Amino acid sequence: MKTTQTPAPVPAESGAPVTKVDAPPGPRPKEKKEGTVLNAFSHGILVIWAVMVVMPLLWAVMTSFKDDRSIFSSPWSLPDTLHFDNWSRAWTEANMSDYFLNTVLVVGGSLIGTLVLGSMAAYVLARFDFPGNRFIYYLFIGGMSFPIMLALVPLFYVVNNMGLLNTIHGLILVYIAYSLPFTVFFLTAFFRTLPTSIAEAAFVDGASHSRTFFQIMLPMAKPGLVSVGIFNFLGQWNQYMLPTVLNTDPDKRVLTQGLVQLAVSQGYKGDWSGLFAGLVMAMLPVLAAYIIFQRQVVQGLTAGALK
Amino acid sequence: MQHGKYRFIVGFLALPLGLYALFVVWPFIQSIYYSFTDWTGLSPEFKMVGFDNYSRLLDDEIFWKSLQHSLLFALLLPVVTIGLALFFAFMINVGGRKRKNGPVVSGVRGSSFYKIVYFFPQVLSIAIVALLFAFAYNPDSGAINSVLRGIGLGDVQPLWLGDPDLALWAVMAVLVWSTVGFFVVLFSAGMASIPAEMYEAALLDGASRFTTFFRITLPLLWDTVQSGWVYMGILALGAESFAVVQIMTTGPGGPDYSTTVMVLYVYQKAFRDGQAAYATTIGVALLVVTLAFAAVVMRLGRRERLEY
Repeated sequence: MKTTQTPAPVPAESGAPVTKVDAPPGPRPKEKKEGTVLNAFSHGILVIWAVMVVMPLLWAVMTSFKDDRSIFSSPWSLPDTLHFDNWSRAWTEANMSDYFLNTVLVVGGSLIGTLVLGSMAAYVLARFDFPGNRFIYYLFIGGMSFPIMLALVPLFYVVNNMGLLNTIHGLILVYIAYSLPFTVFFLTAFFRTLPTSIAEAAFVDGASHSRTFFQIMLPMAKPGLVSVGIFNFLGQWNQYMLPTVLNTDPDKRVLTQGLVQLAVSQGYKGDWSGLFAGLVMAMLPVLAAYIIFQRQVVQGLTAGALK
Repeated sequence: MQHGKYRFIVGFLALPLGLYALFVVWPFIQSIYYSFTDWTGLSPEFKMVGFDNYSRLLDDEIFWKSLQHSLLFALLLPVVTIGLALFFAFMINVGGRKRKNGPVVSGVRGSSFYKIVYFFPQVLSIAIVALLFAFAYNPDSGAINSVLRGIGLGDVQPLWLGDPDLALWAVMAVLVWSTVGFFVVLFSAGMASIPAEMYEAALLDGASRFTTFFRITLPLLWDTVQSGWVYMGILALGAESFAVVQIMTTGPGGPDYSTTVMVLYVYQKAFRDGQAAYATTIGVALLVVTLAFAAVVMRLGRRERLEY
């Protein structure tokens, strides 16, 4: 970073292109030139984008502590005092606590279901040869590229006829079904990379197929399950389209829906500060979890695209 | 491993496959069937009407608008997002100052910091991002216009989402904002695995860093870029564009349908206007567009795979 002032010793091995400059004083200014300019340029651009990413988020946090009047009169000023009451109002009066609870229930159930069912299907598809194996595999994979909205119109009536509309368990089943394509795709590839010898040895020793799966293969597949689990957790936690269509009961709303509804109803209620508090409340747990589990999250989210 | 094999296979596949067939495959098949009926969705009765819905589609101006916007999303968003992401990733990984005895190319200081920050929007729900920006775009009290006033551009106060000519671009910018980070991280991982000797050799031969990007980095990353392209296009046609357009623009669909997209139009026809059959017809059109998009990108992007 502190490049220009001190004449640093310059490495001699590589020949950089030659340009004439008013470069920093140093034993060999020419050689440093390209790297330094590029470096300053890179940092400049990168910092600008970083600011563009962070500013809206900081603005939201700041706004959530202001009163309604100053939100409108001076959007960028710091809050005069920290209005924590916005947060408590959002939590209790605006039903954020209910939305959180619903989301935790739905995502918890879906995540467990997705991992159990997804790994079962993936294991069978990866390890056993039987007629129709490829067909079923591609049936699952195909679900990744189809526009979900097309299925949602009849799905609404399928779910309705089964009496599952506006229920938490109905939403869980649908979440699982729509998470299976990627999960099966990812875990099938993962199970293929695991060695077969251990499972065979267990089988020879008299373990049944299902026992081999639960006691030997699943523990071995843990890294894959963590990656795909994080991927599904974020996808399901942030899901907006499925609940918008299938979950219209105000009491069953999940976080994303609840916030959007809250924003719509602010048109006549006018509690903007409470709404911002709700927004920030919904953002913080995910951001915090991301910063803590940064490596795993990035691995989980990019794993699919790198295959 | 023959003993009880088929019983095991059936036992393990039954539940996941059953659930998937019931909630995913079956509705897809049904919706194609419904597109040939006059089903309203409100009553169980309907009759076959042949291609009526499809010919109605051809005369539906709003449909053509939504198709236009969806195509714009699918073509432009990946170009801008992936272009920006490649640029940033290259800066992060190759823009570093040469250090003593270090490799010829190196990442900038704080490269992991940039990657962490850029990834923030990716973990947030697109619905929350859309809400946040809906406020930021507010012409009177939003963050963006107030920044413009602050830097002396008080005369430039666009209506953003309220302006039919601007609304679509404002919405697209939000999608770019929220997805660039994902691709920066994705491409960085790819760039980090390109051996430094390749750059070393090229730089010794007198290539500029600019050239190395097009001659080394991009060809070696091509597979990742291509699959990222398809992924982004599918998102831009589907769930992501639904959330941003539905939440951010008035109507929803914008002033004078200026932001409506196919996926939103399906939703509105089915769940607002009680025209379920017609909605599935638009959905089938969306399916065709999505598959065509994926096929074109895969086809145009086909290159010899480079091993390194």
